[in-house]
Amino acid sequence: MRLAIKELIRQPGRFVTAAIILTLIAILLMFLGGLLDGLIRSATGAVRAQQADAIVYSEDAQASFLRSRIEPDVRASIEAIDGVEEVGGLGVVQLGARVPGNGPRDLANVGVWGYELAPDGVPEPPGPGEAWADEVLKADGVEIGDELLVGPSRSPLVIVGWVEDTSFNGQGGLWADVDTWRAVLSENRPDAVLADGVFQSLVVRSSGGDAVAASINGAVDGVEALTIDDAIDAIPGVTEQQTTFNQILGVTVVIALVVIALFFALLTVERTALYGVLKAIGARSRTIFAGLVTQAVVLTLIAACIAGAAVVVLDLLIPPGAIPLYISASRIVTSTVLLLVAAVIGSAFSLRRVLRVDPASALGG
Amino acid sequence: MTAHASEATPALQMADIRKVYRMGDNEVVALDHASLTVGADEIVALVGPSGSGKTTLCSIAGGILSATSGTVTVGTEEISGYGDKELTTFRQNQVGFVFQSVNLVPFLNARENLLVVDELGRREGKPARDRADRLLDELGLADRAKNLPSQLSGGQKQRVAIGRALMNEPRLVLFDEPTSALDTELGGQVMELIQSEMKARGTAAIVVTHDERITEYCDRTVRITDGVLAA
Ligand SMILES: Nc1ncnc2c1ncn2[C@@H]1O[C@H](COP(=O)(O)OP(=O)(O)OP(=O)(O)O)[C@@H](O)[C@H]1O
Ligand SMILES: [Mg+2]
Repeated sequence: MRLAIKELIRQPGRFVTAAIILTLIAILLMFLGGLLDGLIRSATGAVRAQQADAIVYSEDAQASFLRSRIEPDVRASIEAIDGVEEVGGLGVVQLGARVPGNGPRDLANVGVWGYELAPDGVPEPPGPGEAWADEVLKADGVEIGDELLVGPSRSPLVIVGWVEDTSFNGQGGLWADVDTWRAVLSENRPDAVLADGVFQSLVVRSSGGDAVAASINGAVDGVEALTIDDAIDAIPGVTEQQTTFNQILGVTVVIALVVIALFFALLTVERTALYGVLKAIGARSRTIFAGLVTQAVVLTLIAACIAGAAVVVLDLLIPPGAIPLYISASRIVTSTVLLLVAAVIGSAFSLRRVLRVDPASALGG
Repeated sequence: MTAHASEATPALQMADIRKVYRMGDNEVVALDHASLTVGADEIVALVGPSGSGKTTLCSIAGGILSATSGTVTVGTEEISGYGDKELTTFRQNQVGFVFQSVNLVPFLNARENLLVVDELGRREGKPARDRADRLLDELGLADRAKNLPSQLSGGQKQRVAIGRALMNEPRLVLFDEPTSALDTELGGQVMELIQSEMKARGTAAIVVTHDERITEYCDRTVRITDGVLAA
């Protein structure tokens, strides 16, 4: 083991190529993972932020806010269910917003939300004509005090503060009281006007936790209640994105494994004579193999550390909101663990070759 | 580590050893009914033409190869029936090798090349480090301890290899043409060193050589031709 470490330190040149390739693969893995996390975050933030046990859509809406519509009598029957403590209306309208100082065609994509129960990190609803803005809108030049003109009818909304991680379908959230939202909706989407008291969806807080979703589905006709987790997965495109990205990440890990396997197979061939001598003077195959795995693991750790630092720097360099990149410690750690597993499996392919090295090969002339 | 047996116990007893290499349909009889006894602190020269079976004999005596038939006893340990694992442990503890070509670990300095024996074997730590320093000193390499093999002369490398062979305090050291890569004068010096180190420790040795002059440093000469030994 110490022998293996010494070789790494004394003959770094042999390992540089492999280290560079592994570093690039690790960067790719972490960057793609960060993109996936960022995409999922910006697609789901508004739903994830809900401090509630269930979200209720109308049954035929397929968990789409825009297709969903809940009448006051339905709300009343939900409020009557045992264990239901609070019910709040929630709706959204996705529009382009003119930002002061930006050109007329340079619209910011926003989701204007009307809410009654404050989501996590969002204060109570602001005054009429005002909104809390998601930080991602800073990338569009939005500032506190700005009056955004939202949608084709240019409905004015004054920004009074920042909230974070409340995007939906990649659009930054503007959080307003329900009357302001209802006004923006009717001015800009005449086809989707909702009468007073009618909401797209309801968020439900209950004393019984998640189970309330099932109770609502059992007690009330014409609605589909989902737990927050199910509602996140039900957002159109989320699971598809996750599956696609995870396949790409899987292929990347396999490539890392193949690179490590090939590199150490070559190295083992090169070292046959050395291994012969070591075996002749009493080294066990186990010891030699452990050294090989140690080298693969150390090399991969170094590559992962460099890559981790690189993506963090990249994250700092890329202006927020430019691309949906979200670099987290957990993503870096899981990528590193995956690469380490690949390193161990990859180097294990050389086990047979190590076992086959004959100590007698040390004796030749 | 087993204690060394009494002076009277021979370091090596090979009885009726046969070694047949099989390559496809071909059979090469490398050793034929070879019997050899080496006393506890005896230095035996093994002389013979190329291909006569000298390396094969050393490999079998040192537990690197297994004989096709016959018995090998090193000290009190009969190794003929040993499997790979037992042979590895045996090599760690009982024998030292100096190979035909100098085979030092290229990225370790002289001292570390000695210590690698301990790292791969008994893991004694401090006593092993002391022993390495003493050996380097005896071999005249004290001021070369930190040099990599690439920074050593041929004779110095050979001396490091001798030090490595003595690191595990073996009962028997096998030298396979230790001077073939050196000129006559240097070869003589290395042989003197081998002789004094062996005698000082009471360690037995087999020294394989082509060179008749080398036999002068040995107690006895054994000749081998086509796998057959003759005194
Ligand atoms: N691994 C092997 N497979 C097949 N035949 C072998 C093998 N090793 C040695 N031999 C054969 O066994 C015989 C003895 O070989 P050995 O290496 O013991 O000779 P040697 O006396 O050491 O020769 P040299 O002085 O050239 O080193 C030779 O005929 C050789 O070709
Ligand atoms: Mg030979």
